[in-house]
Amino acid sequence: MSDEFFVHPYIPNSVPATKRAMLEEIGKESALDIYEPIPERLRFKGLLDVPGPIHSEAELKRHMEGILAQNDSCAEYTSFLGAGTWRHFVPAAVDEVANRAEFVSAYDGLYYTDMGKQQVKFEWASQLGELLDLEGVGLAFYDWGTVTGLSLRMASRITGRNHVLVPDTMSPERLSVARVLCGPDEMAASVAVELVGHDEASGRLDLDDLRAKISEETAAVYIENPGFLGVIEGQAEEVGRIAHEHGAQFIVGVDPVSLGVLRSPGSCGADIACGDVQPLGVHMSCGGGLGGFIAFRDDDPVYAAECPLILFTIVPTEKEGEFAFAEMMEERTSYGLRDKGKDWVGTGAGLWMIASAVYMSLLGPQGFRELGETIIKRSHYAARALAGIPGVRIRFGEAFFKEFVVDLDETGKTVAEVNAALRERGIFGGHDLSRHFPELGQSALYCVTELHTKDDLDALAVAVRDAVA
Amino acid sequence: MVDMKKTAAQSSAAGSPRDAKGDVKLRDYRSAHWDEPLIMEMSVPGERGVLIPLAEPEVESSVGIDADAFIPEGMRRAEPPALPELSQHQVLRHYLRLSQQTMGMDLASDISEGTCTMKYSPKVHDELCRSPQMAELHPLQDEETLQGALQIIWEFRNILRAISGLDEVSLHGGGGAHAAFTNAAVVRAYHQSRGELAQRDEFITTMFSHPCDAAAPATAGFKVITLMPDHMGYPPMEQVKAAVSERTAGIMITNPEDTGIYNPHIDEIVDLVHEAGGIAYTDQANANSVLGIARARDAGFDACHFNLHKTFSSPHACAGPATGAYCCTDELAPFLPVPVVTFDGETYHLDDDRPQSIGKVREFYGNVQVVLRALAWCLSLGPRGLREVSEIAVLNNNYLMKKLLEIDGVTMPYEEQRRLDQVRFSLQELKDDTGIGCHEFQERQIDFGVQSVWTSHHPFVVPEPFTPEPCETYSLEDLDYWAETAARVCREAREDPEYVRKAPYNQPIAKMTGLEALEDHETWAMTWRAYKRKHGVPD
Repeated sequence: MSDEFFVHPYIPNSVPATKRAMLEEIGKESALDIYEPIPERLRFKGLLDVPGPIHSEAELKRHMEGILAQNDSCAEYTSFLGAGTWRHFVPAAVDEVANRAEFVSAYDGLYYTDMGKQQVKFEWASQLGELLDLEGVGLAFYDWGTVTGLSLRMASRITGRNHVLVPDTMSPERLSVARVLCGPDEMAASVAVELVGHDEASGRLDLDDLRAKISEETAAVYIENPGFLGVIEGQAEEVGRIAHEHGAQFIVGVDPVSLGVLRSPGSCGADIACGDVQPLGVHMSCGGGLGGFIAFRDDDPVYAAECPLILFTIVPTEKEGEFAFAEMMEERTSYGLRDKGKDWVGTGAGLWMIASAVYMSLLGPQGFRELGETIIKRSHYAARALAGIPGVRIRFGEAFFKEFVVDLDETGKTVAEVNAALRERGIFGGHDLSRHFPELGQSALYCVTELHTKDDLDALAVAVRDAVA
Repeated sequence: MVDMKKTAAQSSAAGSPRDAKGDVKLRDYRSAHWDEPLIMEMSVPGERGVLIPLAEPEVESSVGIDADAFIPEGMRRAEPPALPELSQHQVLRHYLRLSQQTMGMDLASDISEGTCTMKYSPKVHDELCRSPQMAELHPLQDEETLQGALQIIWEFRNILRAISGLDEVSLHGGGGAHAAFTNAAVVRAYHQSRGELAQRDEFITTMFSHPCDAAAPATAGFKVITLMPDHMGYPPMEQVKAAVSERTAGIMITNPEDTGIYNPHIDEIVDLVHEAGGIAYTDQANANSVLGIARARDAGFDACHFNLHKTFSSPHACAGPATGAYCCTDELAPFLPVPVVTFDGETYHLDDDRPQSIGKVREFYGNVQVVLRALAWCLSLGPRGLREVSEIAVLNNNYLMKKLLEIDGVTMPYEEQRRLDQVRFSLQELKDDTGIGCHEFQERQIDFGVQSVWTSHHPFVVPEPFTPEPCETYSLEDLDYWAETAARVCREAREDPEYVRKAPYNQPIAKMTGLEALEDHETWAMTWRAYKRKHGVPD
């Protein structure tokens, strides 16, 4: 035991009398005797060079709040950042449920003890399935980037092919994650990721380029709809048709917030859909709110069989009419088959399934419809206001949802300069695209949601006008 | 339990956790049972749970009243999604009832969930995470506006450097398995940079390492060699020597393993891998037993990972968000995912100009709120406290081990009899005698208000396994209670096995049936729409 008296509120058996009684019971003189199996040469001597302890909870809280105060948050600033995680309104009832100790502190209890959690997850999958028009939904995992890579690998296994096509306008973050997952050519079961160009005026996929690159070796065509640059891909159904003509899977990445007004991936012919539930009632938390999903057709069991994520099915109980929920096809995962399983699965984004299930129930069909309409109207209002500023141009026309590209090239200012000026006015400007999309020059990706009022948007326009003047 | 028994015996009362003799009194536990329908079945057309801000008249006069005008014709949603329509209280009530039918560790005893390190997660951390200064941060804000978040990452990096002895840390991984994949990708890039990737196409792991230590390198495209334990509980050195070759890219190994057994030859294994030119990585999922006791670097490891949702107290949250914190040497650091947080002495930065980086394993840079909790936890303990955590965790485990081995029917495999943080026990004897094995045990033990016990990852190398892990946050009373529930079930198995087989009795639902649906495409249903179609339920 440590030499000094030390009773910590998180460690009940640090009470010396308790320790002594327990040691006596197991016939040891000190806890260090239990470490016998660790050879002396591998033991760390002395104390770790780490800070603390901070004595009390009160002082700890004060200390941590001091660190957090160094942040400027989107609650104080009006933020126009999106690009992969978005600030939408989180109803209080969502937080109330997502903060319940039962859910926050639960993990992997059995079907009986954690039955309530399993039902919420089934209802989450069911509601997401309605938005997407797909019958199979796996449990949430890390983020959209990861599930994009896993969906591409899933398609590769389904088709026995190892070449996929993705749009060159897709999220650079997601593309990078997917490439790491798909692996370099020399590795076994790697998947070659090839980019398809876009139409410069509309931002839509270049179908001629798609037709030129697709072949009978192509496992999947992936699109994002709405795209990373906000563009609504009006040719989704046609892209799916082209993919299917070549025996390839059609995968649609989607922001589910759009699905009250935009056509669903399932109705566009998608075999697999993926995306992130963060916009459905989860706080951004500096990127900690992400939760990727994979949904798929269930008219053919091959989709469930090749999905690496955990899948639950409804099952009956001895009581007539009662439902339980149990993991299906468990053997195919890495938990069942280790290195012979489908990729891997593990702890992912469980709590965000709970939060987004509540969110979908609160909104209902009418809420999703109105949410989509408000986002479209306000984002177009903002785009028009910005387009009225000399030198400022909106790229890719008006078929966009929530996000749009603001080109500052003709103002002679950089995005960084304009954003610095906006920050002085309490505004976080759009995400700078100049690094990952140099062909767009000094452009920024602006995100407008239901949280931005007309006054916020007017203030943005004034601030940008002043910044480029 | 000398003290407890005496104290309780002197003051036994109706509300006491012990009876008049001082023995543990099992609870007359009853789970909440709301008989709650599926929310899809509760819908009342027209009801609203929340109203949405509507565009102002000035906005509509600028862009029009028809949002569909901006949607290409073929992309307008024709049919509204068939989501439930309910008022706010009805939605809230539904989910609160389901929360009551969930046995979170805050309410129960998660000693049961071994290998998961289910420790108490301090509530003050949750308060901090809910602050707008954490919850309302966008990861792409200018770094000047994220100094607090970056400081949290930087300070926790330094703590993990001390705990592991390694040089650099990446906190991108969204779970332990994600850190394992990060390692596979980093090692892949390392060998590629040296022109040896084509030659080095094998990873080695052990059967008692977590499945992700086999699955992650396989996903990264490597062949995987899995070493089996011998009579001692870990692979003999001859087996390791036979597996290591010029094809070895690396090894991924847990120590102590999920059996609670510490492999005393671990540094010799690392040396063998190094001599062959491979990278040695240790999965520190079971680090709760060795904080400040043994460091990855001192056994020679090049890399390791910690689960911040296990060892470092972040709650498991129904399986995430979590963090697999990856630590490595300077030699591997150039390959880490971008961005990497740096500090120039005054300001924190996000460095993504790292040409040898593998790229990204996750969008942005991790579950920062999980890191916040881990940092706060370490600060509340300090160096002595961290060591105390481990010492009490192994003390708790060795105490519980003694109690459980006194039960007729419970055995512990392997000649190595010493254990650190957990034990993989076997109920094979009980099964042979009574027909009651680990699954029946599991379904009866929960009737006493403890979480269902973890058996083992597959395959079941230890027959009829169960694996409790009593972390430092459990009291002596908690340990005695858990041991008594196990003793009770084993007694019942000998007295009335049929009664045990029909359990559970005190749960939110009756015994499950129809488990053939788990493998049957005709009947399985992952969503309500699939259920309705396959089982002929009308809309």
